[in-house]
Amino acid sequence: MITLGHTIALGAILFCISVAGIFINRKNVITLLMAIELMLLSVNFNFVAFSSFLGDPAGQIFVFFILTVAAAEAAIGLAILVVLFRNRATINIEQLGDLKG
Amino acid sequence: MGPISMADLLPLVPESFLLGSLCILLLADLFIRQSQRAVTHWLAIAMLLLTAGLVWRASGDSALASTAFGGMFVNDGVAAICKIFILISTALVFVYAKPYLIPRRLFQGEFYTLVLFAVLGMMFLASAGNMLTAYLGLELLALPSYALVALDRDNGRSSEAAMKYFVLGALASGMLLYGISMIYGATGSLDFASIRGALVSNAPHPWLLSFGLVFIVIGIAFKLGAVPFHMWVPDVYQGSPTAVTMFIGSAPKIAGFVLAYRLLEDALAPLFADWRGMLAVLALLSLAIGNLVAIAQTNLKRMLAYSTISHVGFLLLGLMAGTIEGYAASLFYAVTYAITATAAFGMIVYMSRAGFEAEEIDDFRGLNQRNGWYALLVLLVMASLAGIPLFVGFLAKLQVLKAAVDSGMLWLAVVAGAFAVIGAFYYLRVIKVVYFDDPPAEALPAAPADLPFNLVLGANALALVGLGVLGGPLMAWCVRAVAG
Repeated sequence: MITLGHTIALGAILFCISVAGIFINRKNVITLLMAIELMLLSVNFNFVAFSSFLGDPAGQIFVFFILTVAAAEAAIGLAILVVLFRNRATINIEQLGDLKG
Repeated sequence: MGPISMADLLPLVPESFLLGSLCILLLADLFIRQSQRAVTHWLAIAMLLLTAGLVWRASGDSALASTAFGGMFVNDGVAAICKIFILISTALVFVYAKPYLIPRRLFQGEFYTLVLFAVLGMMFLASAGNMLTAYLGLELLALPSYALVALDRDNGRSSEAAMKYFVLGALASGMLLYGISMIYGATGSLDFASIRGALVSNAPHPWLLSFGLVFIVIGIAFKLGAVPFHMWVPDVYQGSPTAVTMFIGSAPKIAGFVLAYRLLEDALAPLFADWRGMLAVLALLSLAIGNLVAIAQTNLKRMLAYSTISHVGFLLLGLMAGTIEGYAASLFYAVTYAITATAAFGMIVYMSRAGFEAEEIDDFRGLNQRNGWYALLVLLVMASLAGIPLFVGFLAKLQVLKAAVDSGMLWLAVVAGAFAVIGAFYYLRVIKVVYFDDPPAEALPAAPADLPFNLVLGANALALVGLGVLGGPLMAWCVRAVAG
């Protein structure tokens, strides 16, 4: 029997993986974008689980909005990535250190 | 929630007007030749002022000052003040941005439409009555902001700043959403009023609640740029074109305040004892790091970034008081800071030319000998940021500290006062450079010939003194708005 505890735990694990992906990854910006998507998906998972256990559809409607915003966010992220690559000829995070102080 | 009626749409008249005219502007801009781009510029400013007029008119009409869409959209006094000042400070940004954008070939319709979409997002955020409206407003503010930072497409530093802003902004949204999902799970609602009701009537799952609260506070701190979630602020301020920094540094601070106010006060007020402690840590760290690191900066935009972080500390101090006076003081702080910040970045625009950004404090050496009037304006703005008596910055700090002392946070108020004195050092250093250093030997650039720029910047800087002396009515308005 899958309880609410299980689903929250899975959501938390996905969320931790995505945060780790953002902070540990030092190589590739595309991996960062994937980690951000995973983070939004872990939130979606939480919303669907709560919505189902509460018997309240509002959480699932929220998920639709998050998915839509995530698509727009990915589009802007990739556009910035293209601009960055044109200017720097690299997407290695370690080489993005011009702004310091 | 019943079917949508006409009564639901009336409170949204200012937003609908802005959205409609924005779509028309977006299309019309395609048919405007580059030599006539000023038409877009003035249309955008006219739209902002007209929208502000509509918000002002609606705020006096009790029939329109209500909720719509089953409480998802709230039109109260706080929303009205925030919207009016967001619109006015953005109009100021447009006036100051024009002489900066033209020589850099950035004087395009994109700048105006992106900023206006962000303004629309802030207006929805200010009126949020539901987690969904708050989130959508926040994202509608954030997404155009990422694009704006990368507006100067051929500049490597801009695109690097945009990437950092995007990643950390998306991380902040993710944190906030995770917190929202936890609060939803604990209370079974997304509506602020119902969440508040559920928290008062029954104490739901304590660990779900505390998890949710922590993540929401982290999300707010990221968006406001409070230490330790401030890493993006200096890079974005320094890396983006000054016209964009001016926008990001002004109106979104009001939006940050209203986000914190809606989530923490409207929805999570019963958990006051819990979030107060978290805000205390954020406020203390922001005041300390912001003021101390700003002293070491030689780049003016970076210095203003750390100065923003310290001002966020003061803003949080008012929120922490948890009283009507505290929220009103914070609101007053946010709106006056937005007006001050636009003037501060207007100074940098005045000094800069194509190929010369005037970002270093040294670029202001001996400004007094070249142009006494602008030196005086720099003096007024820096004195207001430093919080010297008679200036609006002083009045704002005083109100926040008073609210903090009244709510029993005497030691925090003392620490904040001490850091404000330390902070005065780096503002006064700019005044010293302007008045007492020798000007550089090389040829001096001429002042921008843009008459509206000069007039508005002068009026803006003088308003900082005017509001400092006669700020009472604005403060009273803030108190009335918060008291409802």
